Amino acid sequence: MTTDTLEREEQGTGQAPKLGLVDCDVHPYMRSPGDLDPYLSERWRKHRKTYRENVRRAFASTWVYPRMENQGNRVDAMPADGTPAGSNLDLMREQLLDRYNVEVGILQPLGNAGYVRNPDYSKALCYAMNEWQVDTWVHAEPRLRASIVINPEYPEDAVAEIERCGTNAAFAQITLPPRAGAPTGNRSYWPIYEAAQHFNIPLGMHVGGINGFPSTSGGWPSFYIEEHHTNALTAQSVVTSLVLEGVFEEFPQLKVVMIEGGFAWVPSLSWRLDKHWKRMRDEVPHVKRPPSEYIKEHIWFSTQPMEEPPDRADLKTLIDWIGWDRLVFATDYPHWDFDDPNYAFKFKMTDEQKAKIYSGNAKKVLRLS
Amino acid sequence: MSTNIAEYGAIDCDIHPAVPNMRALLPYLDEYWRDAIVSRGIANANQDLTSYPPNAPLSVRPDRKPDGGNAGTDIALLKTQALDAFGTRFAIGNVLHGALVYANEYMAAALCSAVNDWLAKEWLDEEPRLRASILVPAESPELAVEEIERLAHDKRFVQVLLLVMGGIPLGKRFYWPIYAAAERHGMPIGVHAGSMYRNAPTSIGWGSYQLEDYVAQAQAFEGQLLSFVSEGVFVKFPALKVVMIESGFTWLPAYFWRADKTWRGVRSEVPWLNRPPSDVVRDHVRFTIQPTDEPPDPQQLTRVIEQIGSDDVLLFSTDYPHWHYEGEDVIPAGIPTGLLRKILVDNALATYPRL
Repeated sequence: MTTDTLEREEQGTGQAPKLGLVDCDVHPYMRSPGDLDPYLSERWRKHRKTYRENVRRAFASTWVYPRMENQGNRVDAMPADGTPAGSNLDLMREQLLDRYNVEVGILQPLGNAGYVRNPDYSKALCYAMNEWQVDTWVHAEPRLRASIVINPEYPEDAVAEIERCGTNAAFAQITLPPRAGAPTGNRSYWPIYEAAQHFNIPLGMHVGGINGFPSTSGGWPSFYIEEHHTNALTAQSVVTSLVLEGVFEEFPQLKVVMIEGGFAWVPSLSWRLDKHWKRMRDEVPHVKRPPSEYIKEHIWFSTQPMEEPPDRADLKTLIDWIGWDRLVFATDYPHWDFDDPNYAFKFKMTDEQKAKIYSGNAKKVLRLS
Repeated sequence: MSTNIAEYGAIDCDIHPAVPNMRALLPYLDEYWRDAIVSRGIANANQDLTSYPPNAPLSVRPDRKPDGGNAGTDIALLKTQALDAFGTRFAIGNVLHGALVYANEYMAAALCSAVNDWLAKEWLDEEPRLRASILVPAESPELAVEEIERLAHDKRFVQVLLLVMGGIPLGKRFYWPIYAAAERHGMPIGVHAGSMYRNAPTSIGWGSYQLEDYVAQAQAFEGQLLSFVSEGVFVKFPALKVVMIESGFTWLPAYFWRADKTWRGVRSEVPWLNRPPSDVVRDHVRFTIQPTDEPPDPQQLTRVIEQIGSDDVLLFSTDYPHWHYEGEDVIPAGIPTGLLRKILVDNALATYPRL
């Protein structure tokens, strides 16, 4: 398959900060599933080899929406020894941490641990993923921070894992599947939010993962070009659910970072929520204020993959509408749709704006300084 | 501040006449279905759609509810409140009826036909300003096409109606026979808010509140827009128009900015899509204006409309008798005055050749 390259007129504004960047979306990969063996009991090592991972989708290890190139990874991010992209710390240092002067990189481990249906296996995998992140990445590279992997379907186990990891500074956030067995705001998950608030750890909601519900309310799309875009729809549903189910009234200190779901939709969703809340607020008396106010206080949005208005001034206007304190920068290394901090913003930001988006906002919400 | 639109002779692209009850349809059913509807108790069952509870603000503004009946069942009231009040030239009736959601496709087809015939006789014959969408059993394209062909001679039917949350995405080839028939007869496909509840209302599952379902309609429209464009429906049917009804439209710029970027990255997957999705949408898809998810500052709405980048895509609607605005203040603040004639009249005439 060949594709002509479209002309690219944009030039980088060269505004990656000199003084350190916080990258809120870095993907560490295992060299092989066996990397988790040291953290799994004999029973689960055997189980993995025999039964693999019974998730709610047709493939356990790949997608029915195949990516367009290299399983979704940058071609240049493949280590020379044939191991997977994102599995080699030296290459990650060279291509990301050193190159862009990353001060802190937040690890977003993907995979099935939080999705596996077998509750005991899922619990074992979450524990293993958390130990593996700390041993393999954070201990070896002090610029990296881990995410506490949990399976929300079993809140007791999830809370126990948060309690186990919650005081360890190696962890910056709890990573929770946006597409879980129930909408994010569902009361069955509230014990998790109570624990998150107790330890003052934000929730990182990274898009992807599949729960058995179609990626659109009209059914399963055909193509990756649709599936990729539906992440922005899912992100809107997560925000809607958290606000309208009353999570932020119940847990007023809870903070949420939406990751890889875009942000251009934040104003229109806020307007929609406010408009229809005014009309139907007697149905949701637990939502005491206009929904947009909860969004502005409790939710942050990572920037990648950045929406690209044809008129570059619109991106600045958009951020004016959302608020300069709501966005946190992310590259999504080593994925194909990586945003380069030098190119991602196609307009000139002030020093103050740069300081907020490239590091200050993330440091604040993730308690990094 | 209210904009007086009476002088324009507006075309209202979304009003909701309602069937008072199932018994009203009995004269329009054949003997088999008449018997089935009565003996199975369907005639006496309450068939209000979950998407539109009859007393919720979504479904009715208090001053639009007739004595002793559901909103939209009183033609005299509708004439006064929906047509006279705005100086309306034509109004397109979209009947949101249980016929759209029954699982038995033969029953769905029989009920769709009955609603269509009921509407023609009891409303279109009574009020020359009314036009209508054809209800079809969407999950049976073969029967849907039969219904379109049956009614195509009646020029008062100007559109084919589908719900935004159906069984499978609307761009898929399964539905293409419906689009072929619609294109052949100069009818747009009207996609209206609402769900058959064949799928969860969001990709994250079933929310707890009606308000969540209603907010989710906008994401449902985004998903269907992805499907229509990505599947190449408008490549196959170049004369086809799709009208998104009760969809909101302030989400459209964000949709464009993402869809065009993603297309640049992975367009080799859909080689028939040889231009940016935003171009395709501007050429083929239209959006009704009620409800508008209004920003706090009207200038923001003006900017959003500039960002949409076309004067042709917005269509006037009141969404009568639903409750989205007060009094007759149907034009949201921030809509540029210079666009009014296009929104109120010209865009509808260009979209609906049968008008």
